[in-house]
Amino acid sequence: MSKEKLVVLGNGMVGHHFLEHLAETGLAGDFEVTVIGEERSIAYDRVHLSEYFQGRSASDLALGTAELYAEWGYDLRLGVKATVIDRDARTVTLSDGEPLSYDKLVLATGSYPFVPPIPGNDLPNCLVYRTLEDLDAIREAASTANTGTVVGGGLLGLECANALQELDLDTAVVEFAPRLMPVQVDYEGGEVLKEKIQSLGVQVLTGRATQRIEKGANAGLRMVFQDDRMLETDLIVFSAGIRPRDELGRDAGLEMGERGGVKVDDQCVTSDRNILAIGEVAAWNDCCFGLVAPGYTMAKAAVSTLSGGDALFQGADMSTKLKLMGVDVGAIGDAHGDQHAGARVFRYLDQISQHYRKLVVTGDGRRLLGAMLVGDNSYYDTLMQYFSNQLDLPEHPESLILPANEGGAPALGMDALPDSANICSCHNVSKGDITSCIQDGSATCLGDVKGLTKASTGCGGCAAQLKDVVDHEMAALGMEVSTALCAHFEHSRQELEHVIRVEGLRSFREVRNAHGKGLGCDICKPTVSNILASIWNEYVLKEEHAGLQDTNDTFLANMQKDGTFSVVPRVAGGEITPKKLIVIGEVAEEYGLYTKITGGQRIDMFGAKLNELPAIWQKLVDAGFETGQAYGKSVRTVKSCVGNTWCRYGVQDSVKLAIDLEDRYKGIRAPHKVKFAVSGCTRECAEAQSKDFGVIATENGWNLYVAGNGGMRPRHGDLFATDLDTETLVRTIDRIFMFYIRTADRLQRTARWIENLEGGLDYLKQVILEDSLGINADLDTQIERLVGNYECEWKATLNNPESLKRFRQMINEEGDDPNVVMVSERGQPRPANEKEKAELIPSVTV
Amino acid sequence: MSKQTYWKTIGKKRDLVPGSGVGARLGKCQIALFWIPDMDDRVFAINNYCPFSGVHILARGIVGDVEGEPVVATPLYKQHFSLIDGRCIEHDDVAVDAWEARFEGDEVQVQVSEADELAA
Repeated sequence: MSKEKLVVLGNGMVGHHFLEHLAETGLAGDFEVTVIGEERSIAYDRVHLSEYFQGRSASDLALGTAELYAEWGYDLRLGVKATVIDRDARTVTLSDGEPLSYDKLVLATGSYPFVPPIPGNDLPNCLVYRTLEDLDAIREAASTANTGTVVGGGLLGLECANALQELDLDTAVVEFAPRLMPVQVDYEGGEVLKEKIQSLGVQVLTGRATQRIEKGANAGLRMVFQDDRMLETDLIVFSAGIRPRDELGRDAGLEMGERGGVKVDDQCVTSDRNILAIGEVAAWNDCCFGLVAPGYTMAKAAVSTLSGGDALFQGADMSTKLKLMGVDVGAIGDAHGDQHAGARVFRYLDQISQHYRKLVVTGDGRRLLGAMLVGDNSYYDTLMQYFSNQLDLPEHPESLILPANEGGAPALGMDALPDSANICSCHNVSKGDITSCIQDGSATCLGDVKGLTKASTGCGGCAAQLKDVVDHEMAALGMEVSTALCAHFEHSRQELEHVIRVEGLRSFREVRNAHGKGLGCDICKPTVSNILASIWNEYVLKEEHAGLQDTNDTFLANMQKDGTFSVVPRVAGGEITPKKLIVIGEVAEEYGLYTKITGGQRIDMFGAKLNELPAIWQKLVDAGFETGQAYGKSVRTVKSCVGNTWCRYGVQDSVKLAIDLEDRYKGIRAPHKVKFAVSGCTRECAEAQSKDFGVIATENGWNLYVAGNGGMRPRHGDLFATDLDTETLVRTIDRIFMFYIRTADRLQRTARWIENLEGGLDYLKQVILEDSLGINADLDTQIERLVGNYECEWKATLNNPESLKRFRQMINEEGDDPNVVMVSERGQPRPANEKEKAELIPSVTV
Repeated sequence: MSKQTYWKTIGKKRDLVPGSGVGARLGKCQIALFWIPDMDDRVFAINNYCPFSGVHILARGIVGDVEGEPVVATPLYKQHFSLIDGRCIEHDDVAVDAWEARFEGDEVQVQVSEADELAA
């Protein structure tokens, strides 16, 4: 049977979510899928569009890649538009003339920005705010402008005003309604919001209808309002709402919603059973939803419909929690109190701190119908739970919006929430979903829960509440309550780091005598040893440290499954002379080692026997090599592209920076391994965003990304700072690195560290960039000591006969372990398997 | 076969590493010797062969205690073996050989039987 042809029109957030969900549920293979996207870019995160002006690139915002779509088996066609749907022939005509036949068609065409019909709205520098191309146009126009005006004071309008401010324009917002954000807030709330926004330097004009736009006298443009007052401005951005892109469906004769949009049922099926519609173009119950969460729910329902499942879309809660220009705004349910007869209201207004809160309750005061918040969203989560779970309100409901010092109610305990309580609305994760993955043992920390359930990985608004649920559940199960490292220490790694540093402890014995008990174990010994190294940076094979090390640290090499070791010399930045390459080749040949190029741009030599390690390293050290410390929980490599020395696209010397960084941080031990990369331009050939510290060159300096990760759970690094000069870059990395060493858990990579760091990236920025904890001078001193104390551990070991005596398989017999046997494969040695071993050494001793 | 046992000198105390292990030859066996200064300066001997990985590496593991009993963690897959009787803490049915060991002056000695010697 041939596969059904599935055509998806539109590649925005909801279209992408549909495709992702189709692939994740294993259904992608059942269809021959073609995706048509009008924009040139693959689906991107439109919710965070304004970050494009803060340095995030199109690829940072991208939700998928062409490779991923290819992997899923989708035929992705970007920069092409569908022009006609022929329902009888079941074909779609494309702008490039090609007809495309379908068995099932999904409309995910989204919306377009509404531009009010004002004469002059088509003058140059009259723009809209919707796509990456729109943002490029705004940036282009802003480069020669001093002032900018946004028409529309709703959610998107204020986002856009924020973006104009980011572009250093004197910014104004013009709103037709008598207040800002008329959908979300009432008159009092609007006044508070207006004052807040104005205090940030944005001019706010409400109750203004623009009559016409014409050429200005002192600026490029002039807006003339209904009362003949005027505003001159260099550019205008219309952000006065959106309208569904429903023309294809309309022309094809599909049934439409009363106020536009293609009418769909609960299964997201239109009036033609072969055509589905999802996202902003779909009108369910005559209503189009302009938020991403309902769109995602529709996408899931559509996938379910196509596969004969029973997931439905049954409307959406339009409650929102936002931070606009740093101002909190929240609206829950019937926030205006105009949808329920007999609703009663509580209000709290503080004109000094500019806070406004309102509760809408049933006439008997028992249930919450809605709420409105301006200035402080910390009340949102609790109110949302009362609302969505229809919990009984406390005797005095007003306590829910009073400040805590005025008898306000404490936040709702997690016990009070039913398992069905929705925690993450973007990914539709309930409290029960979270607790069950902790109960069945598949998640043991917040990071695990995020990875398994996707909770808090959409808009991130539920982060605090998710943490509460996780902490509470772990405490209830008796997990995590103890942060003890092991049976020998009751401290967490972070606490131990603190006492060792503050009390100046120098050995495991001192630490154990002061704070622990027993002989220690394979958890606490390497941890303490690692902390000691991160603070004092002493030679790890000193007698008092030698017994603490993991095997790899003990022998300064990586033990493999057959008991032999691999040897990795440092090749800083991946740059190596032919002469040194020859030395590696000669050493490998002499000792019969298997060689392989590593992902970190160096060469790994496998199969070295314990007693051969010193001789191998003597040759390498003599040739000018240093230990690569591939065995340590420490700085590994700084990967680099070739940079502007050779590459026509390069804008900075990425190789030099990589070598300098590797030279600076080499040898430093940390809670886990730490990888760096430097790319010489935005093409990112060094894959810096997948590293703990990633640096990408810009025309003006360097962008710094932190906490990226490859491996089991990949994570793109977060953009930490932009356009840094080299000195500032190094100082910033210094401090983040030291702060990570101080606060991370044992064996916690930076990616999981930042996910579990309370306050996340914003908190880290405050600590590092604003010195909010006042520890930067201390961090600087500590890293300078580590950098200053560097010595190559192999060089030190070769000069130390006492340490060398450990490099023997047996103390009373010279030579190798007779049970290690190699065979040849593809011209190189490899460990013999059990069968080969039995043939080669007939009397294997057990 | 006689159960006659006697003390056999394996090496010198200075060949050992305090708080850690080294490998040694005993007849056909490779054994692991552990010197624990923090436990009355005692020395322990068990087989160096790790049954989980099939290689002679127990001497390279980290020494510690499980509820007071001295153990070594095998370095590849991290199971723990008692230094006193060689049994695996995590798996009741797995054990390695263990011998009595002592310091005699500056020498390290292991108590062996004729069986151990015959195996040599």
